[in-house]
Amino acid sequence: MTNEEIRTIVLATLKGIAPEIEESDLRPDRPLRDQVDLDSMDWLNFLVGLHQRLQVEIPEADYRKLTTLDTVIAYLAQKCV
Amino acid sequence: MIEFKLPSLGADMDKGKFLEWRIKPGDQVKRGDVVAVVDTSKAAVDVEIWNEGTVYELIAEPGVTMRVGTVMATLLAPGETPEAAEAEKRTRPAAVAVSVQAEAVPVTAVAAPVVPGERRRVSPVARRRAAELGVDAESVAGTGPHGAVTLEDVERAAAATKAAPAVPAAQLDKQAEMRRAIAAAMSRSKREIPHYYLSERVPLQNATLWLQAENARRGLTERVLMAALFLKSVALACETYPDMNGLYRDGKFEPGASVHVGVAISLRQGGLIAPAIHDVQKKSLTQLMQDLTDLVKRARAGSLRSSEMSDPTITVTNLGDQGVESVFGVIYPPQVALVGFGRVAELACVVEGGLRIIPAVTASLAADHRVSDGHRGALFLAEIRRLLQQPETL
Repeated sequence: MTNEEIRTIVLATLKGIAPEIEESDLRPDRPLRDQVDLDSMDWLNFLVGLHQRLQVEIPEADYRKLTTLDTVIAYLAQKCV
Repeated sequence: MIEFKLPSLGADMDKGKFLEWRIKPGDQVKRGDVVAVVDTSKAAVDVEIWNEGTVYELIAEPGVTMRVGTVMATLLAPGETPEAAEAEKRTRPAAVAVSVQAEAVPVTAVAAPVVPGERRRVSPVARRRAAELGVDAESVAGTGPHGAVTLEDVERAAAATKAAPAVPAAQLDKQAEMRRAIAAAMSRSKREIPHYYLSERVPLQNATLWLQAENARRGLTERVLMAALFLKSVALACETYPDMNGLYRDGKFEPGASVHVGVAISLRQGGLIAPAIHDVQKKSLTQLMQDLTDLVKRARAGSLRSSEMSDPTITVTNLGDQGVESVFGVIYPPQVALVGFGRVAELACVVEGGLRIIPAVTASLAADHRVSDGHRGALFLAEIRRLLQQPETL
């Protein structure tokens, strides 16, 4: 799966939780949770959504690697090979 | 004969717009069945019934706004015959007829395509989708049976108005209405309830480690958030300190028979709603987590049940995710206490005579001085703190 495909899935999952976001307003190198106002429940739902769409397991210990849109995509790309 | 009346769905509601029946004459109903859908300023609520019986007459008409307490339908009690009900009706004919006519205010602000006097039928799924898309379901042209508005109609209307302003007028109205409802409830709280406030720092070393180990064993979909531990600890503490859990009505305090915890949930489009998770003291953390996930999802989709809206006996607010250290809440009347949790953060704490860096949270209590004093409140917070030191017992 290409990074571009993963990116599309990540954004679609995010939109399912925060329908008001505009892709153009998202800075891919800035912390996602600050930009999108995701509380811990939203964050868990976001990860569950990614898990369901991409069939990846995301251990809690890896949460700290998932900060920005870029790092989330990189993490998933490495898991999806 | 049983009269089914529009129940109050919270302190900030004195009227509701009746949307549709989920029952028809002759249906058997039992406690907890959803019988009607009523729109409040906050959500379309599935209204439950608390009597057992057979539906006799449906009185309320869809699309009509009515006051809390208006008779919406009549039911036959188990064993009662229609003849007996008719006889009973004759003894109080005015009561039923007048309350509806006098109290039911027809909604006049229905949008253009509707013929005056004709009511729109909107399927619940279409209504929900319309709310999501910010479409006024009442103004959509319906293609379903009897001109009912269907899901497709709503989506077509949404696509057609895509170029329109970002926030549709219907949604703005809804937001303004919700703001007014919150204002009314919070003003009443501050006017009537003599609040006192306490706060306590709660170490979460044990809870964090326990949760990490627990979540490492669990799949993503079964993971538990710290919020579930907070809810459970508050509910268990309420069992020991029942003067924090219940309702203050008509000049006296009625302790809650169970602990129904209202969970403050912020809505993405603005506003706040605090529906209940029932019997929290009896539920496992796994169950609580499922209930919480489901409740947040449904609150944001605008689909709640009447019992969730009307019967919280205490409220918990968790603003820590937004980064604040502590929160001092406003009690939601007629409840008598609100527990707030701030951010879980690493703090320098003195543990057994040494300085340690451990995760901790500030728990706060806003409680009603008519019912309890600071001393009791302090013991209650200390109990929450104690419970959170033993996460395996929650």
